[in-house]
Amino acid sequence: MAFYRAHVLVCKGTGCSASGSSSVFDALGEEIRKRGLDQEVALVETGCHGMCEMGPIVVIYPEGSLYCRVSVDDVPEIVEEHLYKGRLVQRLLYTTPDRKVKVPRYRDIPFYSKQHRIALRNCGYINPDNIEEYIARDGYAALAKALTSMKPEEVLSEVKTSGLRGRGGGGFPTGLKWEFCRKAPGDKKYVICNADEGDPGAFMDRSILEGDPHAVIEGMMLGAYAMGADEGYIYCRAEYPLAIKRLVGAIAQAEEFGLIGDNVMDTDFSFHLHIKEGAGAFVCGEETALMASIEGERGMPRPRPPFPANKGLWGKPSNINNVETWANVPNIIRNGGSWFASIGTEKSKGTKVFALTGKVNNTGLVEVPMGTTIRDIVFDMGGGILKDRKFKAVQIGGPSGGCLTEEHLDLPVDYESLTAAGAIMGSGGLVVMDEDTCMVDVSKFFLEFTQRESCGKCVPCREGTKQMLLILEKITSGKGRMEDLKILEDLAVMVKEMSLCGLGQTAPNPVLTTLRYFRDEYETHIRDKKCLAKACSALISYLIDPDKCKKCGLCAKNCPVKCISGDRNTPYVIDQEKCIKCGTCLEVCPFQAVFKE
Amino acid sequence: MKVKSLEDLRKIKENAKDLTSARSGGATRVIVGMGTCGIAAGAREVMTAILEELDRRGLRDVAVETTGCIGMCQKEPLVDIIRPGEPRITYGDVSPGDVPRIIVEHLVNGRVVEDKVIGQTD
Repeated sequence: MAFYRAHVLVCKGTGCSASGSSSVFDALGEEIRKRGLDQEVALVETGCHGMCEMGPIVVIYPEGSLYCRVSVDDVPEIVEEHLYKGRLVQRLLYTTPDRKVKVPRYRDIPFYSKQHRIALRNCGYINPDNIEEYIARDGYAALAKALTSMKPEEVLSEVKTSGLRGRGGGGFPTGLKWEFCRKAPGDKKYVICNADEGDPGAFMDRSILEGDPHAVIEGMMLGAYAMGADEGYIYCRAEYPLAIKRLVGAIAQAEEFGLIGDNVMDTDFSFHLHIKEGAGAFVCGEETALMASIEGERGMPRPRPPFPANKGLWGKPSNINNVETWANVPNIIRNGGSWFASIGTEKSKGTKVFALTGKVNNTGLVEVPMGTTIRDIVFDMGGGILKDRKFKAVQIGGPSGGCLTEEHLDLPVDYESLTAAGAIMGSGGLVVMDEDTCMVDVSKFFLEFTQRESCGKCVPCREGTKQMLLILEKITSGKGRMEDLKILEDLAVMVKEMSLCGLGQTAPNPVLTTLRYFRDEYETHIRDKKCLAKACSALISYLIDPDKCKKCGLCAKNCPVKCISGDRNTPYVIDQEKCIKCGTCLEVCPFQAVFKE
Repeated sequence: MKVKSLEDLRKIKENAKDLTSARSGGATRVIVGMGTCGIAAGAREVMTAILEELDRRGLRDVAVETTGCIGMCQKEPLVDIIRPGEPRITYGDVSPGDVPRIIVEHLVNGRVVEDKVIGQTD
């Protein structure tokens, strides 16, 4: 094999693919060949680098330079300047939003320098379609170590020592969960990977599966060895075609290398792995519903006990963990449980991956040690709020989580502190909101989601979320009464306490936290019939400032309901009776004469 | 191949190391001047000779980088070698024929090839 002096890594995760990384990849290949560099420069496709906002991302080693928003037109310059002449293409380097400084090295970009990558260790660094690159990065070394020199109970005890807790949202100690399954009587046991990531705005699990599928597979095999299982399922939503493609490829390669199959590495341990594609119902992320779905039943949760550890898939003892949890396991076995336990806070060990979205400069994936403050995540890594607006809140934990305010910015992110503040770790969605966001509208948005996804099996969730939603709709359309807030709160508490599964038990969280921290906004909607953030369309009016109006008539021409009148001599006026508040006039006015009130 | 033992896995890892080693930014750095002046003086051929020599000797933990003109155009092709913890040595008027000597003497054995040195920076 030739010595490749430079490696050009092109992100082919879902985010960068959507912004055109495939054509950039092809163009790079073409240009490198044309320049006669194909014997010394390797072109590699990788999974997600996390900084999706800046995609398509191209990283060039050994310098470790990261180029942002690379287009096909930039390719000749990159090859000529960087690869041929060794000069950085300055204009494509990452620029910090605050200081306007160009950062030549990947690892010096604040977005990356503050991260601690364990679960995302290989994402964006290796070619996920090549098992040998995974092995080069110590892949399957943990499995080999476990099978050749550790007893199953020793693997279990390392995981217990590590303090790893479920990353899917619950935060239950992983070692303890494994122990229940290990101790459950039965010859046939299953391990399951929950890859039914369904929170709006969350894509941690997808990126791990796309960028480092073998880490998840190796983690599951370690779990299977520790618990005495010989078969596994990965339940992945069909909306993740790339993740499924990479998984299928990874399983096939692992089988080819004899790492999955009968008598792995000439030991007594055998393991077989299947992929089950889910249809994308949110409730199927709940473990009992997920198992029902694998069995071919309708995806509905059932009461526990019996817990899956005793009576799970096909009635056999089973253990379910989320993608990120599994991806942490090989690192724990390779480096030891106490290594993992040295990272994080007293009760929350290790790191957590967050999907940072909303009104923030650097949307993308970050992995930080537990205990990092929300301020660090939003302002240092996230680069602050878009257009320098004022920070208002973060929604943490997706539709099951809660909204936290400015006063929580210095809250360390760990399971306990988030729960105490009324939010949850959840799977790790983090939606940033600025002053233009209406909190009542936000809680309505999340409740609409959970209400639609409620499976309908238990009454509190099915009926309760519906009634709550109706009240919220009433308030946002200006028809709310003060006593509605009390009813809303009572309903929320009832749904939370009485629902069968995690979906209903957490669905009221956005409502409860916004009622707790932004009650005045609800009251303004009801009392003054006003939405101060100007987001609830029923409570705002579009008006034309007669002094600014140049009488061009563009608004009237574009109005879909023809409710704007005026002519060359008289300023235009909107008929409030007929106005449907679509906002078209505001968008088309070249003189900013149209405003919302 | 099938992985039957720890040894098998180690072998695959050893072979596969080349796949990702360039990404870890190697311990020793070799930097070739690739400005217009360098290219005109034959830096391309020197670069090819370096890559071939590294390949022949199986040296993987080396980062081969390129750089632009540093102003000493009359001495091109320029090649810098930086071993960890040692000063940066600049060689001038390097021809492909000099490459094996520089690699084996300096890069492998740590003995600077004095007759080709034109500068040293800490």
